[in-house]
Amino acid sequence: MQDTPKAASSNTGAQAKRIAVRGVSKVFGANGEAAIGLARQGMSKNDILAKTGAVVAVNDISFSVDAGEIFVVMGLSGSGKSTLVRCLNRLQEPSAGTIEIDGEDIVAAPEERLRALRLEKITMVFQHFALLPHRTVAENVEYGLKMRGLGKAERNAKALKALDSVGLGGWADRYPANLSGGMQQRVGLARALALDPEILLMDEPFSALDPLIRRDMQGELLELQRRYRTTIIFITHDLNEALTLGDHVAVMKDGRFAQVGRPADIVLQPADDYVAAFTRDIDRGRVLPVRSAIRQVASAEALRVLLADGAATIEGARPLHEVFGLVAANRPVVVVDAAGQPEGMVTAADITNVLAGGSQSEGV
Amino acid sequence: MSSDALSGLQAATDIARPSHYGTLPLDDWIQWSVKDWLVPALRPFFRALQWPIAQLLDGLQSLLLAIPFVVLLVLAVFAAWRAAGRGVAVFTFISLLLLDWIGLWKETMITLAMIVTAVVFCIVVGIPAGIAAARSDRTAAVIRPILDVMQTIPSFVYLVPIVMLFGVGMVPAVIATIIFALPPLVRLTNLGIRQVQGELVEAGRAFGSTPRQILWEIQLPLALRTIMTGVNQTLMLALSMAVIGALIGAGGLGLTVYTGLGRLDVGYAGIGGLGIVLMAIILDRVTQALGDGHKGASTSGGKEG
Ligand SMILES: Nc1ncnc2c1ncn2[C@@H]1O[C@H](COP(=O)(O)OP(=O)(O)OP(=O)(O)O)[C@@H](O)[C@H]1O
Ligand SMILES: [Mg+2]
Repeated sequence: MQDTPKAASSNTGAQAKRIAVRGVSKVFGANGEAAIGLARQGMSKNDILAKTGAVVAVNDISFSVDAGEIFVVMGLSGSGKSTLVRCLNRLQEPSAGTIEIDGEDIVAAPEERLRALRLEKITMVFQHFALLPHRTVAENVEYGLKMRGLGKAERNAKALKALDSVGLGGWADRYPANLSGGMQQRVGLARALALDPEILLMDEPFSALDPLIRRDMQGELLELQRRYRTTIIFITHDLNEALTLGDHVAVMKDGRFAQVGRPADIVLQPADDYVAAFTRDIDRGRVLPVRSAIRQVASAEALRVLLADGAATIEGARPLHEVFGLVAANRPVVVVDAAGQPEGMVTAADITNVLAGGSQSEGV
Repeated sequence: MSSDALSGLQAATDIARPSHYGTLPLDDWIQWSVKDWLVPALRPFFRALQWPIAQLLDGLQSLLLAIPFVVLLVLAVFAAWRAAGRGVAVFTFISLLLLDWIGLWKETMITLAMIVTAVVFCIVVGIPAGIAAARSDRTAAVIRPILDVMQTIPSFVYLVPIVMLFGVGMVPAVIATIIFALPPLVRLTNLGIRQVQGELVEAGRAFGSTPRQILWEIQLPLALRTIMTGVNQTLMLALSMAVIGALIGAGGLGLTVYTGLGRLDVGYAGIGGLGIVLMAIILDRVTQALGDGHKGASTSGGKEG
């Protein structure tokens, strides 16, 4: 799943960032100015709440997202994820900071321009679904298309297609109240997907899905992102999901990013105890690439001998669990890059070591 | 002895009372400002207001009186059955027969025309006012005290300026009824719109809707049930003004009660009152059922997370 084009996309620094967020804060309540001042001085969210009565939901956050990237924000409940994502399409006014989308400052944009952006470019999946109870499932999915001014027949066709893609083809004429929570959530997904957006803001879009459908939807999302190069901001509180989907993952705590990095960085080099606590429960076999298990420096010569000897090979970017079937006792597996060139080898012991929580730096 | 002391004390302290120095002619001032200033200044405006009310009222009244009793009976029973079910239909059937039997059919139709006219104008004014109040806290802050005054001021007080402006008759009675019956509709429209879940309005914004689109696509449909409750309340209040309207020249069932009162004829006042009560029950059941027809939409709105 984590394959090389992702690495390429974030290395080409010259290309304009699709989304650039600089120093964004959002304070709820009176005394906003004072609260931001205190937050800058490093006072904690709870102390500021006690002192000024204002909630610093998002605190001086900066990040950027490349076109076609999935940027995942994860964190505990109340850490400010929804507020942050709402700032990106300005459902919430940021209290400070700038947000650029394709180089355009949207904090300064007039209401009319924002409406055009929301209509054409950037759309959203809501955490609590936000379906219109007085409209059928199909009419809900058509909503954005209707706002775009599409005719009834055309938008109905698109809506049915989007419903099919989330497995709800037969439910078009029901009302949201007739659907289970997970089904309602998929209607919310279809409503956004029907618009073929360039930028998709997804606030815990899979939280109500059962594990099987969730896996399907994750696959669907990766497929979508690969095919249309949709830029996705994805909120979750499930680190496994964050690491599977994200090109970059930000771990959020009390309105700040505790760490931003590639999935493997988060797992192998957690920035602090808070992040480390999350990574303890994750399924490393799914999240880490095979490459991260390489421990021993092997010469090109040695690798060639191994290959000649009939050793199994695997691509370095594949998830670690795929190597389980290949590795036998005392028979190393050769790791190759995307072009098939050998780059190292892993043994059963190496794999056990990474799975048990040993980090790359210890081994090398 | 102690009463002497008391009256002495009273005389001594009377100099602290404003009335010791004369009476403030506030009543004269109000009389003057309303009669010599407000009424002449506003007369053209109110005359213009009077016209559409008179048109609708006259039209409705002649229509209701022109339709044969049996036809109206059938229509009313059918409407009650469709809107509110068999029980209400049967009740309507019996009530209308009774009203005709006790000789109050014409009065009932006159009152009905008056009530319907008042409610139509309440809707035309009240729903837009409620929407305006829901969309801006500042408008709400302006409208609220006006509604408070309309609701607390005894209706007898504004009967006088209304008579000054419009004279006596059916139209002034309808205007007094509008003033009395309007507030709940404005309040409930405002409430209904404000109660729509914030996230649904946000969804509208997130998909690029204009405020007007949000109003029509999301807020009004979801507020409909509350607004219908407002219409029902307005209707009930309008009916309760039937007797007071008779004081300034309205006819119909209110006049029956008022005449009975003047003659101390309990029987006559009684049947007038009965007519009003029967009408109130029918109209209440039917409008409530109409509001509940939209129940599906609104309750599931509350349920949804
Ligand atoms: N409209 C609001 N008014 C006041 N405070 C708010 C508002 N919205 C959010 N907050 C506060 O902002 C903080 C962050 O809330 P937010 O909804 O962004 O959290 P979250 O990370 O999305 O949580 P969850 O995982 O539960 O959805 C919370 O402390 C919350 O109390
Ligand atoms: Mg949230």
